[in-house]
Amino acid sequence: MSLPEEGNLPSISDSVTTSANSVDAEVFSSSASEAEMEAIAKRLRRYIITMTGKAGSGHPGGSLSAVEILTTLYLRVLRHKPSDPQWADRDRFILSKGHAAPLLYATLAECGYFPVGELLTLRQMDSRLQGHTDRTVTPGVEMSAGALGQGLSFALGVALAGRLNSQHYRVYVLLGDGECDEGQVWEGAMAAAHFKVDNLVAIVDNNGQQIDGWNRDVMNLDPFPMKWQAFGWHVAEVDGHDLAQLIQTFDQAKLVKGQPTVIIAHTIKGKGVSFMENNPDFHGKAPNAEEVKIALKELE
Amino acid sequence: MSQEVSLRETYGQTLVELGRENPDIVVLDADLSRSTMTKFFAREFPGRFFDCGIAEQNMVGIAAGLAASGKLPFVSTFAVFAPGHCFDQIRMSIAQPKLNVKLVTTHSGISVGEDGTSHHSIEDLALIGSLPGFTVIVPADAIETAQAVRVAAACYGPFYIRLCRPKLPLVYTEDYRFNLGKAVTMRQGNDATIIAIGIMVIAALEAAENLKREGIDCRVLNISTLKPIDEAAIIEAAAETGAIITAEEHLEHGGLGSIVAQVLARHQPVPMEFVAIKDTYAKSGNASELLERYGLTAKDIEQGVRSAIARK
Ligand SMILES: Cc1ncc(C[n+]2csc(CCOP(=O)(O)OP(=O)(O)O)c2C)c(N)n1
Repeated sequence: MSLPEEGNLPSISDSVTTSANSVDAEVFSSSASEAEMEAIAKRLRRYIITMTGKAGSGHPGGSLSAVEILTTLYLRVLRHKPSDPQWADRDRFILSKGHAAPLLYATLAECGYFPVGELLTLRQMDSRLQGHTDRTVTPGVEMSAGALGQGLSFALGVALAGRLNSQHYRVYVLLGDGECDEGQVWEGAMAAAHFKVDNLVAIVDNNGQQIDGWNRDVMNLDPFPMKWQAFGWHVAEVDGHDLAQLIQTFDQAKLVKGQPTVIIAHTIKGKGVSFMENNPDFHGKAPNAEEVKIALKELE
Repeated sequence: MSQEVSLRETYGQTLVELGRENPDIVVLDADLSRSTMTKFFAREFPGRFFDCGIAEQNMVGIAAGLAASGKLPFVSTFAVFAPGHCFDQIRMSIAQPKLNVKLVTTHSGISVGEDGTSHHSIEDLALIGSLPGFTVIVPADAIETAQAVRVAAACYGPFYIRLCRPKLPLVYTEDYRFNLGKAVTMRQGNDATIIAIGIMVIAALEAAENLKREGIDCRVLNISTLKPIDEAAIIEAAAETGAIITAEEHLEHGGLGSIVAQVLARHQPVPMEFVAIKDTYAKSGNASELLERYGLTAKDIEQGVRSAIARK
């Protein structure tokens, strides 16, 4: 139950074409094919299983549901430099549902922000990979999160700063659907529309579940898209596991002017591992050794 | 008594001056800019002012995002709403990542007056003071306010500056220089030391004057930087005067008195008295009635001095 040796890992940089332009030489804007992205998505799922299994705790369910979203963002949408995480003009990805840290760490490692082998230190003493994201220790992590509901406001601040500074970066923030129970999310939604930020895209990982069960039983969010619309947002809905749809939707969001965009991504919690799919038990529970073995087999 | 000046207006004017000097300064308010006086900044720099509406949690989050992107945000509302209404946002979005956000709140304590219990901020120092990395300042007059705001702008990291609603008499002259983390000896004395913050500094000076007539010679310290506290000044005062009386417009638990007691317990135990709001909430009334009812007058400090000295 360990990650493959680093040397054996096909790193993303093999499947990435960087611009010939010397200024942009390090900018990570990939033209990975969908087939390559699919392979990477599967690898991220394996990392999530392996690292949470090794840690003995963590949140696999809500990490697995957003794998395609992050794969699309980091491989096809964001302009970023793994060699220079603080690059001023980088597009920002903000993980508001901070418990999906294993997914973000897996993605950052895959892109080269830090060695893939470091994923095995998740949640250990002195690790840079804290249980929930911590921007002060992990390269590539934009926001310290963990208490739900705060990321949209933070992202709005980042978007406003970009506008004030005449920088052209775009800001992407990933929320959970259960997280949208929080009042602060709707304060942020109202304010983002009020301030007309069109450099801000929120993505909701709409897996339909939170901890105590299905959203509709715990706290009904319906009619969800209409709520965002009523708050003044441009709303798009996608199958959050369909890479082609995701790519297209992120591209279209760039054309929206004068208002923020929310992408409601319909997903399956625990996606890719049969016994985790739609199973709230695996929201915040790591797979045991046996379960890791079965899951990795399914993800071959 | 010297001229009375509004700390809030001074804050608002200082923000405008700072705004002219530093284009990265942005100001956020939650529908209280006419009271916190951030309205001056809003008028001069509309593009750098964000009224976030009555949504303090979101305001704090936006400020964190701005700070993480190189801006220097000043965030204002009433002290009762920040930290009170957005403590976890301050904790996780500002304190834990150590972001450069300046929280300047007004209408603190019970001197807010008639608005009553819901608007009396008597827990804010305990809340904010509990957050690692926050610098906490409670200015004693308008001159100190202007300087503290400038120092906050010049120093990296999260700051909390606590201002009151009423105008206060000046305790300093224009040549005063606020020194972050340093207590100021307002008056020398050898029989006891009154350590005060905010509106209680003027009361402490009055108490010391009255006690002189009884032959009691009080030292008075203004310890406007509550965190990090000037331990050396406290220890020295305890060693030289043998009795300490703290005075603050805050609950007895978790504010100045608690902090000073902890320093003394460790380094220089001496008899102490606490002039503060006891374990209770105040009601509506005008500021001076309330300060009297809840034990925050010069008389209460004098009583505290006598009882601490009696236990020497
Ligand atoms: C403010 C806050 N309250 C409660 C929690 C505990 N908690 C962690 S994850 C979670 C459920 C989140 O559900 P959702 O946002 O739908 O995430 P996903 O299902 O995608 O994992 C809860 C209640 C928290 N982290 N923060």
